[in-house]
Amino acid sequence: MNAKTVRTPLLSVRDLRKSFGDREILKGISFDLMAGETMVLIGPSGSGKTTVLRCLNHLEEPSGGAVMLDGETVGGSFIGTGGAFVPAGARELAEQRRKFGFVFQRFNLFPHLTAVQNVAIGPRKVLGLSRAEAEARAERELNRVSLADHMHKRPSQLSGGQQQRVAIARALAMEPSLILFDEPTSALDPELVQEVLDVMRELALEGMTMIVVTHEMTFARQVADRLIFMADGYIVEEGAPEDIFTAPRQEKTQNFLKHVLHR
Amino acid sequence: MNFDWAIIQMAAPLLLQGTMMTLKIGAVAAVLGLAGGIVLGLLSLGGWPLVRFLVRAYVDFIRGTPLLIQIFIVFFGLPVMGLRLGEFWAGVIALSLNCAGYVAEVVRGTVGSVEKGQTEAAMSIGMTRGKILMYILLPQSFRPMVPALTNDLITLLKNTSLLSVISVYELTRSGQAIIASHFVPLEIFTLLAIYYYVIISSLSYASRVLERRLPQW
Ligand SMILES: Nc1ncnc2c1ncn2[C@@H]1O[C@H](COP(=O)(O)OP(=O)(O)OP(=O)(O)O)[C@@H](O)[C@H]1O
Ligand SMILES: [Mg+2]
Repeated sequence: MNAKTVRTPLLSVRDLRKSFGDREILKGISFDLMAGETMVLIGPSGSGKTTVLRCLNHLEEPSGGAVMLDGETVGGSFIGTGGAFVPAGARELAEQRRKFGFVFQRFNLFPHLTAVQNVAIGPRKVLGLSRAEAEARAERELNRVSLADHMHKRPSQLSGGQQQRVAIARALAMEPSLILFDEPTSALDPELVQEVLDVMRELALEGMTMIVVTHEMTFARQVADRLIFMADGYIVEEGAPEDIFTAPRQEKTQNFLKHVLHR
Repeated sequence: MNFDWAIIQMAAPLLLQGTMMTLKIGAVAAVLGLAGGIVLGLLSLGGWPLVRFLVRAYVDFIRGTPLLIQIFIVFFGLPVMGLRLGEFWAGVIALSLNCAGYVAEVVRGTVGSVEKGQTEAAMSIGMTRGKILMYILLPQSFRPMVPALTNDLITLLKNTSLLSVISVYELTRSGQAIIASHFVPLEIFTLLAIYYYVIISSLSYASRVLERRLPQW
C-alpha cells in the first residue's frame, strides 16, 4: 500500500479495559478495523467476547481505554490536546450508539410490534423519518433479509431464524457504520442456522463492516477478512483466518482450535 | 336475632343516593389518581435524579401514613392554603393523592420488570431514555399492570367510606344517617356491606374483561 492510498481505520480500539467489581474481564484490547472489513472474534466461553462488543457501543461502560469511530471518541471527548476527558451526555451517546448496529444472541425483538414496525421504529423515532418513509425503508431491509412475506407478523409468529433476520434488518435500517453480531446463531435450532449465516455472508460481500462473535468455524474461515482469538480478556492471536486455522502460533489458540474443530 | 325487614325496604332506595355519590367520588378520584400515578411512576423511572428522589419520598409518605390522617391533612390544609373547595373536593383530592402513590409504585414495578434485553435493543438503535419508556417499555406494561391497578382501584373504592368522617354524604355516611334516626345498626351495616360488595365485584369483573381484551404477544 503506497502513501496515497493509506486509509485511516473506521474503528480504532485502544487498550480497552473492563472490570466488574474487582474482576478484570478485559485486560487491554486493541485493534483497528477498516471500512468494509469483516472481523470474526473467537475464544472460549468467558473470555470476554460479548463484553468487548458491549463496550464498543457502550451498552457497558468501559473502565478504561478508548473506542474511536470515524475519528470520534465514543462516549466522550478529550478537550484540547492531552486535555481532560469529558463524558458524553445521554443524547450524544445515543447518537453515537446508533452508528453501531447490534445483533443480540437472543434477538431482543420488540414483541408488541410487527416485523415491519420493529424495523421502522428506529428510523421513525430516532432518525425522524415520516411514517411512510420509515415503513418503505423497513420493507426494503426486510426484503434484503428475504422476509418480504412476513412483514406483518409479530415476533412470536416467526421462527428463530426469521426473528434473527428481522433483528438484522432492524440494525441495517439505522444505516450503521458497522454491525456487531454477538453469537447470532447460538440460540437457534441447528436447521435454522444457515439462513442467518447466509444473510451475514451476503452483507459481508456487499461491503458491510462487521465484527462477528461466533462458534461457527466454517463461517469464520470463509467469511472473515481477519480473525481474532481471545482468551482471559486478552487478544492472544490475530491474523488471516486461513493462517490461524492452519498454523496457529500460540499454544492457547492451538488448544482451542483442537477443541472446537474436532468435535 | 330479630332482623327488621321493613327498615331494609325503607333504607334501600335512600342508600342509592349515597351510592351515586360514592361512584362519583370513586370515578373522579380514579381518573385523577391513575393519571397522577402514571406520571409519578414515569418520573420515578426518568433521567432526573432529584425528581426520582422526590417521587420516592412522596410514595414513602403515602404508604407510611394512615389514609385517615391524610384525609384530615387535606381537609384542614386546603383552607389554610386559601382553597375553599368544600368537603367533596377535599375528599376527592385526598383519595387521588393516596391512590397516585400506590399507582406510581405499580407503574415503576411493572415497567421495571420488562426484560432488560428490550432496553438494550432500543439503546442499540439510538433511543434515549424517554423514547424507550414511551415506545418500548410502556406498551409492553399495560396488560401486566391491569391486575395490580385493579387492586388499587378496589382499595380506592373501599376507602371512599372514610370520607364519611369529613361529612361527605357518600354510601357509608348515608347509612349512618339512617342509623341515627332509626337505630338499626346491624341491618344497615349489613346492607352497606352488600352494596360495596356488588360495586367492587362489578369492577373486578370489568377488569378481567379488559385484561382479556388487551393484546398479548
Ligand atoms: N454484567 C456482568 N457482571 C459481572 N460479571 C460479568 C458481567 N458480564 C460478564 N461478566 C463476566 O465476564 C466474563 C466474560 O463474559 P463474556 O460474556 O464477555 O464472555 P464471552 O466470551 O462472551 O463468553 P460466552 O462464549 O460464554 O458468551 C465472564 O466471566 C462473565 O461472568
Ligand atoms: Mg458471549
